[in-house]
Amino acid sequence: MTTFRRVAGKLGALLLTLFLASLLVFFSRFLVPGDPVSFLLRGRKPSPEAVAQVTAQYGLDLPPWQQYLNWLTGVLQGDFGRSLQYRQDVSEVIGDRLPVTLMLVVMAGTMIAVVGLTAGIVASLNRGKVLDRAVLIGLTVLGAIPSFVGSIVLIAVFAVQLGWFPSFGSGEGFLDMAYHLVLPSIALAIVFVVLVGKVTRSSMVEQLGREHVEVATSRGLKRGTVIRRHVFRNSIGPILTVSGVLVAGLLVASSIVEAAFGLAGIGTLLVQSVDRLDFPVVQAIVLLIVTAFVVVNAIIDVLEPWIDPRAAAGAGAR
Amino acid sequence: MTTPTMAMKVLRAPRVRRSSTTFLISAVFLGVVTLAAIFAPLIAPYPPNQVDLLNIQAGPSPAHWLGTDALGRDTLSRMMFGARTALLAPLLVVVFSTIVGILLGLLAGWRGGWIDSVLGRIFDVIFAFPALLLAIMAVALFGKGLVAPVVAMSIAYAPFVARLTRSLIASERSRPYVAAYRVQGFGGGFIALRRVLPNVMPIVGAQSTLNFGYVLAELAALSFLGLGVQAPTADWGAMVNEAQAGLIGGYFLPALVPAVAIVLVVVAVNVIGEELSDRIGGEIPA
Repeated sequence: MTTFRRVAGKLGALLLTLFLASLLVFFSRFLVPGDPVSFLLRGRKPSPEAVAQVTAQYGLDLPPWQQYLNWLTGVLQGDFGRSLQYRQDVSEVIGDRLPVTLMLVVMAGTMIAVVGLTAGIVASLNRGKVLDRAVLIGLTVLGAIPSFVGSIVLIAVFAVQLGWFPSFGSGEGFLDMAYHLVLPSIALAIVFVVLVGKVTRSSMVEQLGREHVEVATSRGLKRGTVIRRHVFRNSIGPILTVSGVLVAGLLVASSIVEAAFGLAGIGTLLVQSVDRLDFPVVQAIVLLIVTAFVVVNAIIDVLEPWIDPRAAAGAGAR
Repeated sequence: MTTPTMAMKVLRAPRVRRSSTTFLISAVFLGVVTLAAIFAPLIAPYPPNQVDLLNIQAGPSPAHWLGTDALGRDTLSRMMFGARTALLAPLLVVVFSTIVGILLGLLAGWRGGWIDSVLGRIFDVIFAFPALLLAIMAVALFGKGLVAPVVAMSIAYAPFVARLTRSLIASERSRPYVAAYRVQGFGGGFIALRRVLPNVMPIVGAQSTLNFGYVLAELAALSFLGLGVQAPTADWGAMVNEAQAGLIGGYFLPALVPAVAIVLVVVAVNVIGEELSDRIGGEIPA
């Protein structure tokens, strides 16, 4: 019963945040002074059919709240209107670009998890030693390399100088795409490794100092078992929370990496749509990224008690 | 999570700590970059947009210490001029977001109640929009350049400052010295602004210093995407963008110089920010 109420409460908060975010995304257009038709058709010939199209898409002759309701009803059914640059449905344009971005984010996410967790665990087990300091300094340096800097350095070294990887495009088919996305996903992962690495280290260090770990050790359990079952398992909570925050960063930073490597993903679509004044596409992508971020974090929030029963009992039970 | 009281910190403050070498190096480096930016018109060897088509993609030489780009423009001169937007824009964001964040955080932490809840809800919504995404959306609405992104990034970063200020103020509010001022008949506004706020400023300042590094990298990324500072204006992010085409041809220097400069500035800012917060002794609550 309490679980149900807790989940229902989180769901309510999630829906409220999404609702407010959708208001912001939709009504941001009203901040721009002037006539909405000419805003939406900036840089284009306001041909009668184009005017008719945006007027119909946004219901520009209706009162604002009605426009919002119509837009929201469409969005909930997966209808984001028509793209002005492609003369296609926004959802189709986005659908075509989605696989590259998803693959990129999944590959980068895997690298972040593997490298970040390894670095954090190694550092925590060597706390205060040279290896610990080396890992921390390494992480800090990586954390200061923005994605676009990482991208151009990787292109210069591994694509141009060594010729190991392609520097452009996303390839054909699954394997070729994975191969094309190696450098981009490294570039995307670099900045974020530091977050996972540091939180893993600090959370492991905190657990290592706990009495229950001493008890487990004095019971004669092997060190590996103690680390795995008593230290690492208890450290997962904070690591998951940080990982949830990463999602938004990854999705946004992927636009930078996609631009650097000329990948046809959501990110380049976003930048290109800003460039070509295609506001419906911008609106849709912003809403998708925000939704993905909020939903992933809500899922982590809900799952945490199952992974870490102490969270259900509240922080006081630690 | 218990933070020692500020009063305690003042008591043990006189313990003079020597600045670490990395801190000094970082401070000197940032100082040099700032001076180069301020005095760029006086000390830059060439005008930033002086094209020299006979001298394109040149390597380092006595005439061009950092070489030239695809149009034969002197990279060192462009770096000096480019430092102006690269540093000034994040500085504006940090100043705006700190002022707004402190005021809102003070309001929420001091008054509590429904104001606190409403502000907290608004912050939650803004947190759902990554700063760079908000900046991109601002460009989509108001056009390219730095004005809209600076405003958008200020809005995106203000809640971070506000949440920190709020939690610090809320814990200060219940301290005995606040009650003592109240008993002496001082008004709430006076106590909050003149007596409590100064106590939380150092920690907020350290956080804002760290924010400067993030904002700098994000605004550079925006110019790299072609949505911020526009070519041919010299700006570090825009320079990387312009030099990107030359990478395939093996001309790395025009892209690497501004890229490395951005990384070094971010590292220096992080070193300074982290050491400042260490010195204050307060952990920045996550």
